[in-house]
Amino acid sequence: MEHIVVVGASLAGLRAVEAFRREGFAGRLTFVGAEPDEPYDRPPLSKAYLAGDADRSSLALRAQGYDELDVDLRLGQSAHSLDVSGRTVGVGDESVAFDGLVIATGAAPRRLPTQPDVAGVHTLRTIADSDAIGAWIEGDARLCVIGAGFIGAEVAATARSRNRAVTVLEALPQPMVRGVGPVIGEVLARLHRARGVDLRLGVGVDAIAGDSTVERVHLVDGSVVECDAVLVAIGAVPTTDWLEGSGLTVDNGVVCDASLHAAPGIVAAGDVCRWPNEQFDGEVMRIEHWTNAAEQGTHAARSLLAGDDAAPFATVPFVWSDQYDVKIQSAGRFSGEDRMEIVSGSVEEDRFVAIFERGGRISGVLGFSQPRRVIQYRRMIADHESFDAALAFAAENP
Amino acid sequence: MKIVVDFDKCKSNAVCMAVAPDIFEVRDDNFLYVLQEEPPEDRRPAVEEAIRTCPTGAISVEG
Ligand SMILES: Cc1cc2nc3c(=O)[nH]c(=O)nc-3n(C[C@H](O)[C@H](O)[C@H](O)COP(=O)(O)OP(=O)(O)OC[C@H]3O[C@@H](n4cnc5c(N)ncnc54)[C@H](O)[C@@H]3O)c2cc1C
Ligand code: SF4
Repeated sequence: MEHIVVVGASLAGLRAVEAFRREGFAGRLTFVGAEPDEPYDRPPLSKAYLAGDADRSSLALRAQGYDELDVDLRLGQSAHSLDVSGRTVGVGDESVAFDGLVIATGAAPRRLPTQPDVAGVHTLRTIADSDAIGAWIEGDARLCVIGAGFIGAEVAATARSRNRAVTVLEALPQPMVRGVGPVIGEVLARLHRARGVDLRLGVGVDAIAGDSTVERVHLVDGSVVECDAVLVAIGAVPTTDWLEGSGLTVDNGVVCDASLHAAPGIVAAGDVCRWPNEQFDGEVMRIEHWTNAAEQGTHAARSLLAGDDAAPFATVPFVWSDQYDVKIQSAGRFSGEDRMEIVSGSVEEDRFVAIFERGGRISGVLGFSQPRRVIQYRRMIADHESFDAALAFAAENP
Repeated sequence: MKIVVDFDKCKSNAVCMAVAPDIFEVRDDNFLYVLQEEPPEDRRPAVEEAIRTCPTGAISVEG
């Protein structure tokens, strides 16, 4: 392999580029990214950076720079097409030939079908998005957040920490109830209400209204939320539009095999990648979390170099979210319908661990400010321990 | 190889403990403890994986 192209210059792409060099790949590396900035870290965009507690330079994913990697870093350039058999990627007017390709184009915020293009209506994925929302918070705006998932909840928490008026709208009866179930959904609702968020549950958005800037949000029950700015935080969709007609299988992400290959010589990693996770009997997953993007980027690079001998990528997904003074972490895969037990701490004190059961095994864990325990249960999930074994561990380690 | 943790950056999320529990431990007080400041050379791959997967970039090595 002489020339490897990595498309998408963020976490997964960067970890792939670093892995190629670490593994001794001495050929040409081209690293193409649509954004103008060097790869940066997104989690602070809804937390410390949004709050004004971290500066822009602290977001850099690679503080030491790019010289050492000997990479042709092409920022502000988008790939618009891929020819799998011809082995070329279209970038601007150019057709870039490759021997190996890493697809790491991530995901972009989902928009409301009725989302108008008026000032003050935002989604959050980039530094520019965070700057825009931060300016509203700075300016004492009344903020309306649509969607009580992690990003919506974090922005609400950040705005409340600056004492801004915040309304959060959620179509489901509890925040994240499909993922975490009604007990923890209730805990999340209480967490935000106790800090002064006007949380409205089980109500859909009818329309966002305003002439040149947003003025209010109409809800389907006829009520109205007056506001100066709106954050639409209703999830993300994988960035695969540029792969249309390429011949790769795209179905809610780039469909890969267990080793992250989408085709011979082509791998994918990060939020854009869908693959069978052998950790969970080959269940096909697409994961939108930081740790997964970092690990998959590294693994995808190794897989590409190994070709037919590539090893499967198996993982216990892990995610964290900081809201107010609570560190929420979860690992594994579970849904609100699985059996759940609170095994340590107490939900009233916002410090607890819940574990989830599927097929007799411990399949998931969620903790509020209990990082040590979450990681311990994550290990039990990785080791396919039974739920009874997890309960026995819990009895000894409250 | 000497492990250096920037405790101003560390957020105690224990990802490093998942990778190398013999070197990194987050205890019930939610603080990170480095169990081996100078781990043996054969642990270098694990330490490097912890560096790569630490979400805050708090870990580095000297030597
Ligand atoms: C506000 C926010 C907070 C978050 N907080 C957390 C958290 O607390 N914990 C957690 O685990 N995860 C969190 N995440 C998720 C985490 O940041 C993502 O999982 C991670 O960024 C995924 O990395 P990636 O490299 O796969 O994709 P991305 O980071 O989405 O990067 C993809 C890159 O590819 C570029 N690109 C797209 N199409 C093209 C093209 N055709 N040509 C060239 N370049 C292209 C994009 O511009 C982008 O720069 C958060 C995300 C956001 C947005
Ligand atoms: S992974 Fe990083 S931030 Fe987390 S506990 Fe370890 S050193 Fe601290």
